[in-house]
Amino acid sequence: MDDLLQEFLAETGENLDTVDRELVRFEREPNNRDILRNIFRLVHTVKGTCGFIGLPRLEALTHAAESVIGQFRDGAVVNAIAVTAILETIDRVKDILAELSDKGQEPPGNDETLIGELHALAEQAKAQLAKAKPPSSEVADPVAAYLARHGSTATDSELDLIFQRAPGPQRGRDGRIEPAESAGEDGVLRESRAAGPATLRVNVDTIEHLMTMVSELVLTRNQLLEVSRQQNDTGLKAPLQRLSLITAELQDGVMKTRMQPIGNAWSKLPRIVRDLSAELGKRIELVMEGADTELDRQILDLIKDPLTHMVRNCADHAIEPPDERAAAGKPEHGTVRLAAYHEGGSVTIAIADDGRGLDIERIRRKAILLDLGSEAEIERMSDAQISRFIFHPGFSTVDNITAVSGRGVGMDVVKANVDAIGGVIDIATRAGQGTAITIKIPLTLAIVSALIVVAGKQRFAIPQIVVRELVRVKSGADHRIEEINGAPVLRLRGRLLPIIALSGLMGSTDAMSDDGFIVVTQIGERQFGILVDSVFHTEEIVVKPMSSKLRHIPIFSGNTILGDGAVVLIIDPNGVAGLVGAVANGDPLRDPTTAAAQSLAGERTTMLVFRTGADSIKAVPLSLVTRLEEVDAQQFQNGGGRILLHYRNRLIPVVAVAETQIKSEGLQPLVIISEGDLTIALAVDAIVDIVEETLDLEMAVSQDRSVIGSAMIRGRATDIIDLAHYLPMNEPGWLHSRRETQDPAAPPQILLVEPSDFLREMLSPVLKASGHRVAMASDFATAARQSANGAMSIVLIDLDRDPEAAFAFAGTLRAEQGDNRLRILGMAALATPELHMRAAQARLDDIVAKFDRRALLGELAERRPDMRHAA
Amino acid sequence: MSLHDHDLRDTAGSPVGFDHSLDYVTVTVGEQLLGLPIARVHDVFITNRITVVPRAPSEIVGLLNLRGRIVTAICLRKRLGRPPMPGSADDKAEMVAVGVDHGGEAYALIVDAVGEVMRLDRSTLEPPPVHLDRAWAMLAAGVHRLSDRLLVVLDVDAILKLDMPAAA
Repeated sequence: MDDLLQEFLAETGENLDTVDRELVRFEREPNNRDILRNIFRLVHTVKGTCGFIGLPRLEALTHAAESVIGQFRDGAVVNAIAVTAILETIDRVKDILAELSDKGQEPPGNDETLIGELHALAEQAKAQLAKAKPPSSEVADPVAAYLARHGSTATDSELDLIFQRAPGPQRGRDGRIEPAESAGEDGVLRESRAAGPATLRVNVDTIEHLMTMVSELVLTRNQLLEVSRQQNDTGLKAPLQRLSLITAELQDGVMKTRMQPIGNAWSKLPRIVRDLSAELGKRIELVMEGADTELDRQILDLIKDPLTHMVRNCADHAIEPPDERAAAGKPEHGTVRLAAYHEGGSVTIAIADDGRGLDIERIRRKAILLDLGSEAEIERMSDAQISRFIFHPGFSTVDNITAVSGRGVGMDVVKANVDAIGGVIDIATRAGQGTAITIKIPLTLAIVSALIVVAGKQRFAIPQIVVRELVRVKSGADHRIEEINGAPVLRLRGRLLPIIALSGLMGSTDAMSDDGFIVVTQIGERQFGILVDSVFHTEEIVVKPMSSKLRHIPIFSGNTILGDGAVVLIIDPNGVAGLVGAVANGDPLRDPTTAAAQSLAGERTTMLVFRTGADSIKAVPLSLVTRLEEVDAQQFQNGGGRILLHYRNRLIPVVAVAETQIKSEGLQPLVIISEGDLTIALAVDAIVDIVEETLDLEMAVSQDRSVIGSAMIRGRATDIIDLAHYLPMNEPGWLHSRRETQDPAAPPQILLVEPSDFLREMLSPVLKASGHRVAMASDFATAARQSANGAMSIVLIDLDRDPEAAFAFAGTLRAEQGDNRLRILGMAALATPELHMRAAQARLDDIVAKFDRRALLGELAERRPDMRHAA
Repeated sequence: MSLHDHDLRDTAGSPVGFDHSLDYVTVTVGEQLLGLPIARVHDVFITNRITVVPRAPSEIVGLLNLRGRIVTAICLRKRLGRPPMPGSADDKAEMVAVGVDHGGEAYALIVDAVGEVMRLDRSTLEPPPVHLDRAWAMLAAGVHRLSDRLLVVLDVDAILKLDMPAAA
């Protein structure tokens, strides 16, 4: 019984998908009897099977639907209401099927209303049919007559009726004429269905296993080839050659079994578009081309959701309402064109619409607002560059959120999905004429062509799909690596190519060699070079997933075994590209790898670890450090009881951290900290390391004001120093705004609105340590957007920089939230009575002193239980 | 952990693996004799070709190829909080590995040496002593009293849970 049910579920699922698709088609072509017959047959089959297995609820539903479809078959006029009702029935059937596969039995429930509706429709159609008889005999449509002669099941009169009532091609619903190609497609479909090659249902696991075995075989073959190359044994050569060929063929064959037409991923789209057009009051036609293009099953699964999302986007945002289209001189119905085709070793999918196109100016403004680049930079960018901003995380061009799409997760998610399968995505748009998005994805993920390179003592594989070219670099030669403020670049045909050293990426501390090869890599429109020591050859590698213990490392996508039996790691170009982006936007002084890893891993923080006193280990977030220096102690000067250093044309104070004794001779390691105009040098005994750790900060219990708390760094308890203790706090110039950092993805509980980078960095570990999720914003526009993302329970607002704007923002927040669950706290360096009064007027909950983090934490901890009550 | 707890785990078919068999593959790390339930051990092999994975957790020595399977090598020494073997920094050094499976993935525990296979009577098994270091206690499933020394039975699943803190 179980097997039977399983079989039933699989088959019925497929049948229903087909019914879905066919019904939508039928609605458009009500005179296509083949579609109707097909639908009737499918529904009938489902009904029959349900009755056979003993599923009364399903049987009743399908029976009701069948009777309506039966009326259509007998010639009743097809209307949208009836089709919608049948589609609804199919949805209901699917729901029941889903539960059936979960629990093994039909869920209880009542379908009376739906069945009643269907019966009513059937009755109505029947009555209509009866009334329409006798048929009018004066119809003299030659086409109808021809078709009528060839229609075998219906009587002439019924057919006449259908054709009489069916809209002719020239007065289609939106005045469009069904293109000839759709007829051709029908022909193909019908043919393939009729010819139906003998097929066999095989469990996916079986095929996956087969694939694994073939992968192993390929590896073993590679190993054998390597051995034979070394031994030069002629007796071995011939059979090995044969083995090689057979393996290749076998590999091809097994790959083919995994291939599925991309149309399988599209099957739900016509229905989605139909429902959307009804919902949005638009007229949208979905044209699909190349549905038989084959793709690996695994990739198909991964690309399905992004495609659906994009088609939804087109329907929701791109296609204008009919009147707007008419006003713009376009046909009232919009077209979404989905095409897929093979190109080299990859598949290209294009989604194009003839809608309004992207609003470049709006994206430009938004990009500036989101601080994705300097204003001048963004102004200079071409439209193509601007349009690519929509792939940026958190970038959604639609401000008004609709039920269909546009919740701020949009194209960035699509891009992430495409990236994940090693694909490339691009966009082209023209105002008023439409948008086209092109996705290029590999045929399969299992076996890829890769370039084997060497960095340090290790070999790595770089997927060939991203490699544009190889450039030999050598100091003194034409192509050589130059540096801009420590960032390596290569001049290539009049462009500057950012360079990332693979050995550096791999944690090697050796100085970057300027002799080697640059693998010019392209991800989307971004090009960068990966510096490697040497390049071997290209090899077909079998990608194996990384061990679950290593999957968190962003720069590797997998591993493989080479012909000589060695395990090599496969570089993830997208991961590396992430690093390049970080380098380009970040502080050049920062270690590129750590800065990037920080942005990738989110919660991980890069810390500078140093020693003070004999063996006390302390650390400070590297992002706060401007520079590390070693200075001859003789350069120190005494002034006003402080030790000063003449540093870059300024006198800066030198402050000893904790137990550090400032040296009087020899080299003194210094950590230079700058915030705005203020710069100080912290003297430490030795710089130990730069580490990237998930910071699990324990708050300090001692009264030591110079320490925020301690954390385990590389297995050692390490004090995190509080820079606020060392920086003179009354210095006016350091509440300076610089630039914004990143937006965290998870819905945060605390929103920190603070224009000073330094304070944000300083406060966020404190807040995180107190067990909150923290979102940060440097300005009120960003803050407003983040608070709109919801789930905020406490908002901390800086009141020093621009109190007016702060109070206004607090007021808006209050008005938006409506209830009192949101706590708004002001932070001020000095909380004057006047400020308190203003705060009370703006309905702030309290004001805390900015540098008194204990009071701040006390405030947060105290209020948390209250809020739980309120919630 | 009381003895009573232990019995419960045995009858419940615990993942520890010594409910049906009290056969162990013995290995040594430093001076300590350790036992791995034989049902969990697939292979014992010697390897000298390890691919180091940059940015990996420190317990992971690297990846190695065991008959076409990619195996993640974990240093048992490091996992137990011991200092690395002198001279193990050399790439070409031969390492003794015990192959185990966990969650469909292959792992190799790098040990100092592999001893014999021992069949031990259940009556000699005791829970780890209460004063054992907490981290060690988490990795140990019990202790066997042998005539001349003690054999600590390791919990393979706990060892492979790298997010659990290593013994200090």
